[in-house]
Amino acid sequence: MSAALWTIVIAISVLAILATLFGALLGFAAVRFKVEGNPIVDQINNLLPQTQCGQCGFPGCKPYAEAIAGGEKINKCPPGGEGTIQSLADLLGVEPEPLDAEHGAEKDVPHVAVIREDECIGCTKCIQACPVDAILGAAKQMHTVIADECTGCDLCVEPCPVDCIDMVPVAKDKNTWYWQAPTSGVELIATDRHQPMAGDAA
Amino acid sequence: MTNMIRLHTFNGGIHPAENKDQSTSRPIASAGIPSELVLPLHQHIGAAAQPVVAVGDKVLKGQLIAEAEGFVSVPLHAPTSGTIAAIEPRAVPHASGLEELCIVIRSDGADEWITHQGLCQTLNVEHLQDITPRQLVEHIRSCGIAGMGGAGFPTSVKLNIGKQDIHTLILNGAECEPYITADDMLMRERAIEVVKGAQILLHIVGAKRCLIGVEDNKPQAIDALNAALVEVNEQHHIDVVAIPTKYPSGGEKQLIKILTGEEVPSGGIPASIGIVCQNVGTSAAIYRAVELGEPLISRVITVTGDSVARAGNYDAMIGTPVSYLLQLAGYQQQKRERVIMGGPMMGFALPQLELPVIKTSNCLLAPTEKELPLNDVAMACIRCGMCSEACPAELLPQQLYWFSKSQEFDKAEQHNIFDCIECGACSYVCPSHIPLVQYYRYAKGAIRDERAAQAKAEKARLRFEERQARKDREEAEKEARRKARAEAAEKAQQEKKAAAASGDVATAAPAASEELEKLQKKLDAAQTAKAKTQDKLDAAKADESMADKIPAFEAALVKTQDKIKELAKEIAAAKKAAKAAQAAEPAATATDKGDPNSPERLKRKWETAQGRLDTALKRLEQAKAEGLDTVDALQAGIDKQQERVDEAKAAYEAALSGDAPAAPAPSAEELDALRKKILAQEDRVQKMQERHDMAKADGLDTADALAMGVQKQLDKLQQLQQELTAAEALAANANNGAS
Repeated sequence: MSAALWTIVIAISVLAILATLFGALLGFAAVRFKVEGNPIVDQINNLLPQTQCGQCGFPGCKPYAEAIAGGEKINKCPPGGEGTIQSLADLLGVEPEPLDAEHGAEKDVPHVAVIREDECIGCTKCIQACPVDAILGAAKQMHTVIADECTGCDLCVEPCPVDCIDMVPVAKDKNTWYWQAPTSGVELIATDRHQPMAGDAA
Repeated sequence: MTNMIRLHTFNGGIHPAENKDQSTSRPIASAGIPSELVLPLHQHIGAAAQPVVAVGDKVLKGQLIAEAEGFVSVPLHAPTSGTIAAIEPRAVPHASGLEELCIVIRSDGADEWITHQGLCQTLNVEHLQDITPRQLVEHIRSCGIAGMGGAGFPTSVKLNIGKQDIHTLILNGAECEPYITADDMLMRERAIEVVKGAQILLHIVGAKRCLIGVEDNKPQAIDALNAALVEVNEQHHIDVVAIPTKYPSGGEKQLIKILTGEEVPSGGIPASIGIVCQNVGTSAAIYRAVELGEPLISRVITVTGDSVARAGNYDAMIGTPVSYLLQLAGYQQQKRERVIMGGPMMGFALPQLELPVIKTSNCLLAPTEKELPLNDVAMACIRCGMCSEACPAELLPQQLYWFSKSQEFDKAEQHNIFDCIECGACSYVCPSHIPLVQYYRYAKGAIRDERAAQAKAEKARLRFEERQARKDREEAEKEARRKARAEAAEKAQQEKKAAAASGDVATAAPAASEELEKLQKKLDAAQTAKAKTQDKLDAAKADESMADKIPAFEAALVKTQDKIKELAKEIAAAKKAAKAAQAAEPAATATDKGDPNSPERLKRKWETAQGRLDTALKRLEQAKAEGLDTVDALQAGIDKQQERVDEAKAAYEAALSGDAPAAPAPSAEELDALRKKILAQEDRVQKMQERHDMAKADGLDTADALAMGVQKQLDKLQQLQQELTAAEALAANANNGAS
């Protein structure tokens, strides 16, 4: 055999060996580092507000995240609002769309459910409706909402036979209050806030 | 000052007009007792205190009125004697102007102290050194002391250093902000309290040295401190260090940098580099708490500004109304009223004057408009970079400004916005008068808000998933129970069939025995498995390296045991069924195989009865010999058996002789009635069996009782069947005889 042929044979065999090697390596990696489930679903789920309100038409945030991963529209989440739509659009590389009004409007402030306790008859209907187990109570005992756990999803309001559940906006306190952005640059430092005060009218 | 301290410097800083002389010409004056004190429950960082008094209660000076709630919290004490007038939300001195729960005390003017004494007397020890640091920290906490420099962090938490090795204690007497002189006057007049407080703090943190950092624009304070050090003979451990006047050298991290050259890491605390930093006011309060047993109920506050006639420092009770203090200082109301709590750099304008002085209020500034003009309108950023040069935290204020303004909070965070101490130096130097600090405060708040929302969403997600899992589990359990019930019902149905149709019995019995065998095998296997697991578990217990597997083995063991129990139950049930089938068999064969009254069969019957009688007799003898109390029962049984033997013998003899039986032949109606009775009885047995199976499946404790019931009903059924067989045989005989 001529030297040229040898060269070709060696080249082909080297490539073949390399291909086998890398194939085996990739095959091993695919088995060894296999990712369970669809990671994109978890990423989408992390962006959703987790109110579990079902306003999107799916029974919870995870199912909606799965649906989005399967091609569902991203503008069906009123509690998340424009912010969530924007971050979903960034994640998925799609155009952000305005919130679908069919599923409800975005609320300005977070709400929390409050049971008027003297009117509660202890039917447990709201407890069964609560997606995050934030209502405490037993049959024929008064129920109450654990405010810290309530996501403000509204799902308990409908089932209540005596309409004793109110959705109230969460009040700001010293710990949750924070400064607002300066409006049009009127103050040098915060302490010099120019406010109309008593005697200012004169 | 005996030791040479090499001073360092921090980046940036500014030199605003000091304006401190106005309020240092007068000694600290007592503010007296206002008629009403308003005490917010949340004056410190952490959780609000919980009231322990009720409206109408009489309280004495220094009495606990609200206790700490949780670790990061401090209690609250009555600053004077009086009556609790209200516990209600009132406006608190905070930039938000929000209302929070406050205790309102109407003072009685007597200012009567509750009995109190120093910690040494309480613990009955002579020296401070005899008290453990833990006891001291606990005492400081119970005296309601929170940082008096401005932030109000609970001092006891700061002193809880754990295992960290603290080499330096720093007392912060820099007081760098213009106008404020509260610490200055305190150090001048009560230097000994500050120094003795430092001794206590040194003992608590176990540091070797203490540095008291004071800006060099307070020479009198420095002299007073040095004199006090000589007085207590501490000049070798505690040093008063004069530092150059520069704003904000009073910032904790900045002061540490100046005095030690070390930098507190971003997001860290000074204790992580072996330093504890306390305000001089806090030190004096600690002294009063430990030495005299006085809780924190008053503080020194500067009232200054050109709108007040008698600017100076006042020793005011916590809860004293701002309007009362201003009046005391001769405040003339301005056209554009503006009172700032804190200094001009970091303080905030009060929305109204009916607000109380709290533990962190160090200054009330009432400037005229000329003295502290209102802001000019902000202009565009010209990117001059002066803010970066002024920033003491070495941040990029300009970048932070852009990011905050455009709400790119993640980028602001990457530029370490949380290291900003909000000193206001950048705003001060900004030629465009941009309110930079307010942008940062807004961005920080928005980021915290977002983090809280994310944490809540995460919690909601977990709760939702847990709930989903619980629902699935419950559904599966329900399904399993339903299946078990269905199987049990089917089994009962089969048994019923087996009992009813004699033909089935013969086949059912072998089937039952086969099943029994299978179960027995299973049981054996389970028992072997259990033994093996037990061995493994013992081995694991003996071998420490396998310790983490013990729970798994134990779980497996429990599982196997459960299985064995279940199998044993099943075997018992199967045995019962087999027995029932066997019991039914003789009756069935009797009816099945032609004439049951053939002499051979009767003879066999007689012989069996006789055999049983013999065994019973033997047992009786044995019982008699052993003196058991079953003797009577056995005797009764034997009597009955005797009767049966006699009967069987008579029947056999009658059959042999071909005579008609002694008993009169039953009529057809009687037979029918008997059959009906049997059918009814079968129904009953079946029902009972079903109930028993249900009870067993649900694991109720009535299962045993029901099992006994089933057995009883089965016995009854057998008896009836036997009666029927006998009656039919009699009828047949009678018929034979008649024909």
